[in-house]
Amino acid sequence: MATTEHVVAHQFDDAEQQHEASTLGMWLFLVTEILFFGGLFLLYVAYRVTYPEAFVDGSHHLDLRLGTINTVILIGSSLTMALGVHAAQVGRQRALVGFLLLTIVLGSAFLVIKGFEYAAKFEHGLVPGPGFALTGPLGPQVELFFCIYFAMTALHAIHMVIGVGVLAVIAMMASRGAFGPAYFTPVELMGLYWHFVDVVWIFLFPLLYLIGGR
Amino acid sequence: MDTQVTNEHDRQEHYLNVDYGIRSWLLTRDHKRIALLYLGSITFMFFLGGIFALVIRLELLTPAGDIVGADTYNKLFTMHGVIMIFFFLIPSIPAVLGNFLVPLMIGARDLAFPRINLASWYIYSLGALFGLWAVFTGGVDTGWTFYAPYSTTASYTKVVPTIVGAFLVGFSSIFTGLNFIVTIHRMRAPGLTWFRLPLFIWAHYATSVIIILGTPVIAITLGLVAVERVFRIGIFDPALGGDPILFQHLFWFYSHPAVYIMILPSMGIISEVITCFSRKRIFGYSFIAVSSLAIALLGFLVWGHHMFVSGQSVYAALIFSVLSFAVAIPSAVKVFNWTATLYKGSISFEAPMVYALGFIGLFTIGGLTGLFLAALGLDVHVHDTYFVVAHFHYIMVGGAIMGYLAGIHFWWPKITGRLYPETLARIAALIVFLGFNLTFFPQFVLGYLGMPRRYYVYPPEFQVLNVMSTAGATILGVGYLLPMLYLTWSLRWGARAGANPWRATGLEWQTPSPPPTYNFATTPLVTEEPYAYPLREAREY
Amino acid sequence: MSQHIVPVRVYVTIFAALMVLTALTVYVATLEHGALSTPIALAIAITKAMLVILYFMHVRYSSGLTQISIATGVLFLLVMIAITMADIVSRGWLGTPGS
Ligand SMILES: [Cu+2]
Repeated sequence: MATTEHVVAHQFDDAEQQHEASTLGMWLFLVTEILFFGGLFLLYVAYRVTYPEAFVDGSHHLDLRLGTINTVILIGSSLTMALGVHAAQVGRQRALVGFLLLTIVLGSAFLVIKGFEYAAKFEHGLVPGPGFALTGPLGPQVELFFCIYFAMTALHAIHMVIGVGVLAVIAMMASRGAFGPAYFTPVELMGLYWHFVDVVWIFLFPLLYLIGGR
Repeated sequence: MDTQVTNEHDRQEHYLNVDYGIRSWLLTRDHKRIALLYLGSITFMFFLGGIFALVIRLELLTPAGDIVGADTYNKLFTMHGVIMIFFFLIPSIPAVLGNFLVPLMIGARDLAFPRINLASWYIYSLGALFGLWAVFTGGVDTGWTFYAPYSTTASYTKVVPTIVGAFLVGFSSIFTGLNFIVTIHRMRAPGLTWFRLPLFIWAHYATSVIIILGTPVIAITLGLVAVERVFRIGIFDPALGGDPILFQHLFWFYSHPAVYIMILPSMGIISEVITCFSRKRIFGYSFIAVSSLAIALLGFLVWGHHMFVSGQSVYAALIFSVLSFAVAIPSAVKVFNWTATLYKGSISFEAPMVYALGFIGLFTIGGLTGLFLAALGLDVHVHDTYFVVAHFHYIMVGGAIMGYLAGIHFWWPKITGRLYPETLARIAALIVFLGFNLTFFPQFVLGYLGMPRRYYVYPPEFQVLNVMSTAGATILGVGYLLPMLYLTWSLRWGARAGANPWRATGLEWQTPSPPPTYNFATTPLVTEEPYAYPLREAREY
Repeated sequence: MSQHIVPVRVYVTIFAALMVLTALTVYVATLEHGALSTPIALAIAITKAMLVILYFMHVRYSSGLTQISIATGVLFLLVMIAITMADIVSRGWLGTPGS
């Protein structure tokens, strides 16, 4: 297939060097992402250590069922993404497109469920700000928990939205036969990004939903 | 005869004449052209930040508030700091000289990701536009540190646009740093092993590591401040039990290493210039190389020395104090090695060398006063005084900007193919040196005597020293305008440079000036150590 | 391209392991464990993350440079958290003057 004959950019000596450079670049970007989310994890640790009861209280206001379902969905989407990369590696064109679409579907399902969770929080007045509903001695600190909850999950969701968007573009390219065993770097890099977002959630889930004995 | 040679030169194709027109610049992927785009942007921001500095100095000419009131003064020093740090110093050397030289010095045709490189300039420009928007629609008054809760709840100035600007510039520098690391790892010319790399490259590698590890943290932190303002929630709000000191931790986790983002590239330039104009191999190559990395990594462990009086734990402060002393060691290693390189060298005083020698002296003073400030007991007394202001200006202006000017002069012939007027440049370098010391040395005394920073009025007994400082700032301003003028002049009337006007070593001097678009006609093969200058280390003792 | 191809079987096994660990962490959370519950939850999360990173992201087969880059990122995140927490935890040890 003509399209798999990818041109090596002028600054590189060969496809091998180009591929190594791209992967390293993506990994360095993910390192910046570790520290980008890291700021929020620091806030989480600091506030949880300072206000353990308020964090348990806040956590009990989260929907464990939806959180668990979302965890399963997101890990499932990581599997389909990994299988998509595999399909590209072995040159199974239709499987590649199929797995990419499946990943998009699962990612969107995650976002929809997250949307329902957010909507419930708005309904119950659990969104931090002037109208925060919980009063009592722990009220302000639970509000702090929800500040952290929304900051972390919203940043995660933004990453998902971007991921779904880029996945759509890559799926389109894949359906036109842009990738094959000789050249599939964009699929591979997309995979790294997607798994990274999954890893962030793997930590968010127990830290936010599973504290203080449910 | 003469005209014939000139014509021949004109016909030679290089990155500047390969095509013309605004499109060929705005859509370029050539690292050398992107470097020049950055040069234009940051020079503009430098002079804008400089204007604020001059107004500050003018206001402080007399003890009373003559020109501006307290509110305007707060905005002046904030915008001076924000513009100089985020929009000038951080991108200055990496985005201009680093961009231009990293591929040339390692024998590559371009950076690994030319499109990301161009994108970084656009993101920088967008960030700068946000910054300018904030400046011209009323300004911002939080100080460049954006401390919460003042920035999140109290300030009624343009905090959010400024933060968006700084956030974007952060991402542009992440793109630059990422590009450098990948390029240095994957695209070195054959034979160019790690310990044959120029020290400029080592410095940029270490700088990029800091950018990758630190910048995301400032991005999320400033992002949270903006979110807290916009949505009126309280992440750092003491009313909810939030901890404003956490903001300071997050802020300084980046902003202390950011000092090294500014100074390490400058140190890289000094290593190149000192060895070239001593005609001598650099002393202790591997120590200078490794000390860059040591600075980059140790620099992440000391941020709390900015928070000694913030209310952090005394025990944490003790640890931060000790670690801050430790980070002085690799910096001192560099200074000792530079002086050892000068020893028995065949020294000549071209303008870059004058700047470099100035750097060594001023950086040493800045570094040693940094140790005063790292000492827990002393810092309590001079904290938030002009002593601190003088200290960091010795590092950032006396260090980073002197190094930047040394580099601009040193590689100007390579960048433009023209020589700058040497005598004028030496005079300008001396003016900068004298103006700088007159501006900032009195500030050490002022701070030691107890004059606090960030006030627009002061007791009359401080006036003499303040007048000296303001006079020095005027001289310094002239010193910065001069290169601007004669370098521009040299673009048209400067003498042709030739490939290697300084008889320097390094791959960038083996290609014509200005270099062709893909840098080298054939990929160079490296067979020897860097800095193969005629003089070696003195071995007779 | 010289690329390590991980067999589909491995991906599916890893996925199954991740599901088991998810079920386990939710189950453990429903029990009352007191001080141990957070370390257990974190241990499970770290195990899951390692599985994703090593196999789905191919880091097990990647260059040492990639592995060092990731380790450095995680290390500096931990440094940031550890040193900041050293302040927060020890802040009350010595009375603040004046209070
Ligand atoms: Cu510092």
